[in-house]
Amino acid sequence: MIRIIDIHKSFNDQEVLKGITTEFFPGKTNLIIGRSGAGKTVLLKILVGLVAPTSGDIFYGDVNFSQLNKKEMRTIRMKVGMLFQGSALFDSMTVEENIRFPLDMFTSMTWKEKALQVDSCLERVNLGKVHKKYPSEISGGMQKRVGIARAIVLNPEYLFCDEPNSGLDPKTSIVIDELIRSITIDQNITTVINTHDMNSVMEIGDNIVLIHEGLLAWRGDNSEVLESTNQTLQQFIFASPFLQRLRSTALERSQEG
Amino acid sequence: MMMGTALARPERTYMYYRETTRQMNDIGVGSLVIVILIALFIGAVTAVQFSYQLDGTLVPMYYIGYIVRDSTIIELAPTITCLVLAGKVGSNMSSEIGGMRQKEHIDAMEIMGVNTAGYLVLPKIIAALVVIPMLVAIAAFVSVVGGYMAMVFTGSMSNNDYIMGVRSFFKDGNVTMMFVKAIVFAFILTSVSCYQGYYVKGGSIELGKASTNAVVFSDILILLSDYLIASILT
Repeated sequence: MIRIIDIHKSFNDQEVLKGITTEFFPGKTNLIIGRSGAGKTVLLKILVGLVAPTSGDIFYGDVNFSQLNKKEMRTIRMKVGMLFQGSALFDSMTVEENIRFPLDMFTSMTWKEKALQVDSCLERVNLGKVHKKYPSEISGGMQKRVGIARAIVLNPEYLFCDEPNSGLDPKTSIVIDELIRSITIDQNITTVINTHDMNSVMEIGDNIVLIHEGLLAWRGDNSEVLESTNQTLQQFIFASPFLQRLRSTALERSQEG
Repeated sequence: MMMGTALARPERTYMYYRETTRQMNDIGVGSLVIVILIALFIGAVTAVQFSYQLDGTLVPMYYIGYIVRDSTIIELAPTITCLVLAGKVGSNMSSEIGGMRQKEHIDAMEIMGVNTAGYLVLPKIIAALVVIPMLVAIAAFVSVVGGYMAMVFTGSMSNNDYIMGVRSFFKDGNVTMMFVKAIVFAFILTSVSCYQGYYVKGGSIELGKASTNAVVFSDILILLSDYLIASILT
């Protein structure tokens, strides 16, 4: 479990996060949602230690991550996998080499063991026979899946995903969402996803945290979203005119029925 | 601060070794042709210029071989080679690391627990410290050959005169100075270039600026240290 307590972050005079306190649970897909510029990505980067908070604490289990020095942070990071928005696959390496990189760097596995682990990860993300291809030779959806395979290759306890659906068509987005969720449940990982994809919110939002203007505006799960009277949440979820019309039609029908 | 982190104990020596050999190949083999070409013409031009200067004087012609040898060993081979390498290798390193920063590759490595300053910078510095002195030595030899070709093949000088000049008044301290310069310049051009790339912020315009700064700052520091080394060792 990850707990964050009273996280503040300022850039120069601008306060981006104004005291966020929340929890992210293992075996669940924890979603950080909010408008562009709300502070979601900053919060995610603070969680993984890429950005230092101005004040506040982050606990990985019982360990206060924000109090650790760089060397101690690396021991926690060995338990962390991350899928980046642009996948962040190394261009000069093949798919196989990309996934094997953490194994080469941190394990003393034999060549054969590494190959088996890479195969198993590729199988887990439903990819086959792309071992020798370079990232530029595969589609965006496949790159995301390779990114997930690389993130889970060391069997992490924590998985972070920065906008995993950005740039993908709706069908591929659903595939990626389902994949992340099944990995989360199967391996009992604490997964934290930063997204503004409404489908993800409704389909895989086990624990949803809405950030608005640097503050925690709402927290709940996907079954509570539609019933919530929280104005900020409703404005965020039903931002598009199409969804607003859909919602009023649904409400009218339910009143008639 | 970057250098302090870069010199930390490697996570896995084999990975650093593999990266170092890759860099050695990129820097060494990748720059060999340009270094040989430049050295050849520097030697030829130096010989032709001195031949013109000495024409009609009482200084014996074989001095041309001696002057070409010493000027290339002491100054031209290390300085010109490293200025060229700052442009070719330095800008490449800066763009490579800067591109990795912008595409979040460095963030991805950090999250894996990799000491990115160490993995991305240290192999480049070690490779440069090993390979660049070799390139400078090759450049010095090729320059002398270039001078020979310009003088002997054109009939301006006899083979024996040039060889006698090359073999005259040799001081092994000059070779030491050449290698000291090569090592210092190699360190400057790699560390400055890696620093510029590692701390790049913004988009492609900033990446271009970082690459330019890498070359400009490396060149200035190389020339400054050239003067200091010459002052100290002569």
